[in-house]
Amino acid sequence: MSSQAHDGDFFNAPVMTASLPPKEKRTKLLQALLDMDPDISFDDPLENDMILNMGPSHPATHGVLRILLRLDGETIVSAMPELGYLHRGYEKIAENETYHEFITHTDRLDYLQPVHNNVGYILAVEKLLGIEAPPRAQYIRTLLAELARISSHLVGFGVMAMDVGAMTLLLWCFREREKIHDIYDLVIGARFTTSYTRIGGVAQDITDEGLAAIRAFIDQFPERLNEGERLLNRNRIFFDRCRGTGIMTAEQALAWGFTGPNLRGSGVAHDLRRDQPYLVYNDLDFDVITENECDSLSRYYVRLREMKESVKIVLQCMDKIPAGPVHAHEPKKVLPRKERIYTRMEELIHDFMIVNFGVNPPSGEVYHAIESSKGQLGFYIVSRGEGHPWRLKIRSPSFCNLQALPVLLKGHLLSDILAVLGSIDPVMGEADK
Amino acid sequence: MNETLEQVIASLRERFGEAVEDVVEFRGDVVVTVARDSIVTVVEYLRDHPFCPFPLCEDVFGIDQFTRKKRFEVNYHFFSVLKKVRIHLKVRVDEDDASVPSITGVFPGAGWYEREAYDMIGVHFPGHKDLRRMYMTEDFEYHPLRKDFPLMGVPGSIPLPKRG
Repeated sequence: MSSQAHDGDFFNAPVMTASLPPKEKRTKLLQALLDMDPDISFDDPLENDMILNMGPSHPATHGVLRILLRLDGETIVSAMPELGYLHRGYEKIAENETYHEFITHTDRLDYLQPVHNNVGYILAVEKLLGIEAPPRAQYIRTLLAELARISSHLVGFGVMAMDVGAMTLLLWCFREREKIHDIYDLVIGARFTTSYTRIGGVAQDITDEGLAAIRAFIDQFPERLNEGERLLNRNRIFFDRCRGTGIMTAEQALAWGFTGPNLRGSGVAHDLRRDQPYLVYNDLDFDVITENECDSLSRYYVRLREMKESVKIVLQCMDKIPAGPVHAHEPKKVLPRKERIYTRMEELIHDFMIVNFGVNPPSGEVYHAIESSKGQLGFYIVSRGEGHPWRLKIRSPSFCNLQALPVLLKGHLLSDILAVLGSIDPVMGEADK
Repeated sequence: MNETLEQVIASLRERFGEAVEDVVEFRGDVVVTVARDSIVTVVEYLRDHPFCPFPLCEDVFGIDQFTRKKRFEVNYHFFSVLKKVRIHLKVRVDEDDASVPSITGVFPGAGWYEREAYDMIGVHFPGHKDLRRMYMTEDFEYHPLRKDFPLMGVPGSIPLPKRG
């Protein structure tokens, strides 16, 4: 690069790497970024390399994600995400608590949709114990999990639009989300930290008032969603920024371990609700949404259309929900009701044993995965017959989806990060565990 | 056991013989224990399996069995999008030689899973191009999910930032 017009070394410096610390003093993260194969080159007169740090506290990183970027002008040569700023060690905590005690911690994994985490965890524990919740409890779980899916997709939908500049939609989405959390308040008793499931059932039965509130919400929701859709679907700026960015072909998506809406946005019809049905999804009629464009926009469309499918599922659950108990009849595994503990000796003993020593499942290893709104949420439990797990591994979808970020961002402009990151819809509470 | 999965395991036994050490089924989950040296070829074979390919590597993680003779285990989950079945692989290693060949050459998505297993359990993955810690700081000395690491942490192991 010639620069006779300019004096001084500023413009003469071939790359900014000259001002980087010497190799032995660099952090491993920086070195990893520099080692990434930069196989794109641009014949740009203003060629210079620049290392830019994005996050961990940045309004558009969906929490505390840090991305180290290597830029050529405004083009991303390579990107290196860094996790761990929200690492709380839940897998270690799980090894030191009974199966019941850990339910409250699952709320804090993906904090946008706590019911999914409750359900996913409890299904794994029930699989280990070999018990099943009664049909009414299964229907209630399905119903609330689908509401959680709507609530989580609303955030993904609204925040993605906000990141590329459409502020109104976020407020509209949060207005609808607020209604869902009011329903949780009514049915569960908490708005965010739900901890609703119990081994062999749910915390308490859903009342007619709760069902009526869900009905009232679902009746008006599709129209509200259409309003939001109309704001975006003819918005040229939104389309131009999302179309063709963050391309991930079907083969790439599978190789990088994408699941959930991100995988379906690449045209792979993989949905655990259909492929390995759990809860009552076998009895329900819904479509698996796929889009074939493989870019940010198609991932946005998948979320949008999935919300409409969730409305269908909720309506079917409301029609089909049977009467009956919400706790399995397994006295040694399921916590007894409070009024019976105070009046009966046997229940008092069971309560004492379950609370103090935990339910003792047989030795063995089980894995159960559900389709949460971010992707496949799995729990692998290694049991040694004690009241607490020997090892609990959480397979969190956001963690796996974020991994492909360097591939998605490569060659894009700096401002495309927001659209791409919004379309992946990660939640750091889950990615960092 | 699922019929397809039975055929897959039969084909694994036929092809790899002694390398398939053990097959355990519990509550419908099938865990196949594989010899360490043949894990990469087994994974590659499963990915391109003739009638039941497993194109999705769902997870890789380590377990500290602590009291067992071979202390560490590395588990793998694979899912067949075509046949809708899941298979778990397991590799057992000793504490003195805690390393398992990396499968990132077969599944690039296994990179972060292996980094996490290295960070948490301390199993090395030779062949991994970027085996840094996943969650803990770069200069952290311990592996927190080992059973001999206390729940409350080791005092002083993460220095506070210096003032000024």
